[in-house]
Amino acid sequence: MAPKPMLPELMQAHGISRRGFLKYCASLTSLMALPPLMAPRVAHALETAARPSVIWLSFQECTGCTESLTRSHSPTIEDLIFNAVSLDYHHTLQAASGHAAEAAREQAMKDHWGKYLLVVDGSIPVGNPGFSCIAGISNLDMLKETAAGAAAIVSVGTCAAFGGIPHADPNPTGAVAVSEIITDKPIINVPGCPPIPVVMSGVLAHFLTFGIPALDELGRPKAFYGETIHDRCYRRPFYDKGLFAEGFDDEGAREGWCLYKLGCKGPTTKSVCATVKWNNGTSFPIEAGHPCLGCTEPDFWDNGGFYKPLSVPAGDYRKYGLAAIGAGAVAGVAGAALARAGKARAAAAHENVDAHDLEK
Amino acid sequence: MSLNGVDRKPGDARNELFSFISTGNALPVLHEVAQKLADLIETGQTAIIDLGAFPFAAGDERILDEVLGTGEVQATLNAMGQSHIQETGIPGVWRVDHFDQTGETQSRFLEITTMPEILKTQAQDAALGLETLLARLAERRGPTRNPEGD
Repeated sequence: MAPKPMLPELMQAHGISRRGFLKYCASLTSLMALPPLMAPRVAHALETAARPSVIWLSFQECTGCTESLTRSHSPTIEDLIFNAVSLDYHHTLQAASGHAAEAAREQAMKDHWGKYLLVVDGSIPVGNPGFSCIAGISNLDMLKETAAGAAAIVSVGTCAAFGGIPHADPNPTGAVAVSEIITDKPIINVPGCPPIPVVMSGVLAHFLTFGIPALDELGRPKAFYGETIHDRCYRRPFYDKGLFAEGFDDEGAREGWCLYKLGCKGPTTKSVCATVKWNNGTSFPIEAGHPCLGCTEPDFWDNGGFYKPLSVPAGDYRKYGLAAIGAGAVAGVAGAALARAGKARAAAAHENVDAHDLEK
Repeated sequence: MSLNGVDRKPGDARNELFSFISTGNALPVLHEVAQKLADLIETGQTAIIDLGAFPFAAGDERILDEVLGTGEVQATLNAMGQSHIQETGIPGVWRVDHFDQTGETQSRFLEITTMPEILKTQAQDAALGLETLLARLAERRGPTRNPEGD
């Protein structure tokens, strides 16, 4: 196979000037929270770094993360950076399939043992290996085998980082995050459902230029997950003034007031959505009038309901309520007892419970 | 008229409201600029301040504009979206704002320098320019005599 062109040749082929590249590096350096004078070093590293071999494994996922990272509206330098790495295995994108695809993975592992970057999207089922296999290999086995020779792992998306939607209650497949299986390799979590493309390229650029970025307690790069969406939300002044939309079509909603009462999880969600935004910087969910779902945080799917304000307690009573419904269908009296038990627990925890809280 | 006691004015009331919100960071930044400018004069050391690296609201921008003012040079760079580069009313202090193709802000800086790096022609671009120029000259290379004869 002919060697892939390096970044400067790719830029030239796309008609991007050196100034355009320097501009991108200046913005990328700012995004990575590095000192601005580091921009020339970032540029130099991106141009000259040896293209690392990247093996991308997709497990229990919806392919939304790959879509987010590859479906840009126009050729961007993010695309070029992805072209500048040697993506040796990605079963959604590669032409090869079956044994040929697996042979490519094994060859890349052999050629770059200890040096390749492993990117994972999707969670890993540990309940029954048959829940998710690739070429007859269980996700668990493939992850362990491939991680053994990786220099580092990037868990892309909330499923790989925290278990995500497959992990949501009642977690029928026993889905877990990469970090619950692999404990002897550096792991960078890039959560989001899906993550913002430029965040992914920023993490990759940081890895290429300066190695593993500084991470928070959840393994997320601090540069992108250091502040809550609420901290940088353009609707924040309305929150501070106590002006809230109470419905999706009321006067407050039309005026663009704070969406806290409609269930916005911005105050507890760390991400750069409010500043970097989506779709080439067009907008982000709150700007489109919808509360933040909190998708960069663990267990966001089970965090008490998307349209319930954060101030509404999100305890286990909903789980007990569901158990009551299920059990009630079989043995009504027992179900009622379970519901009472759940309610008693909630009362003991000083939580207010009503019929709406039992809807889950 | 009002909801919860807040008057809603016609026009872009939101932007107007935002333009008065200050984090208090503008004046410390301006003092830092003064120190960096003194360094530039004494030692030639350039500096860049990333205005996206700390909370900096529209009200802070307003203070920055009022104190620094507008200088003699304004340039627009068209590369992957526009960039606005302008010398402020304080020579040696430049404002550099990068935007993407949709006009959204990518990054914004104060540069304390005699010439922002991004304004200079880059060697690689100059080399490509030379190739382009020679190709265009080759296209124009034709007969040296008048084809109709004289």
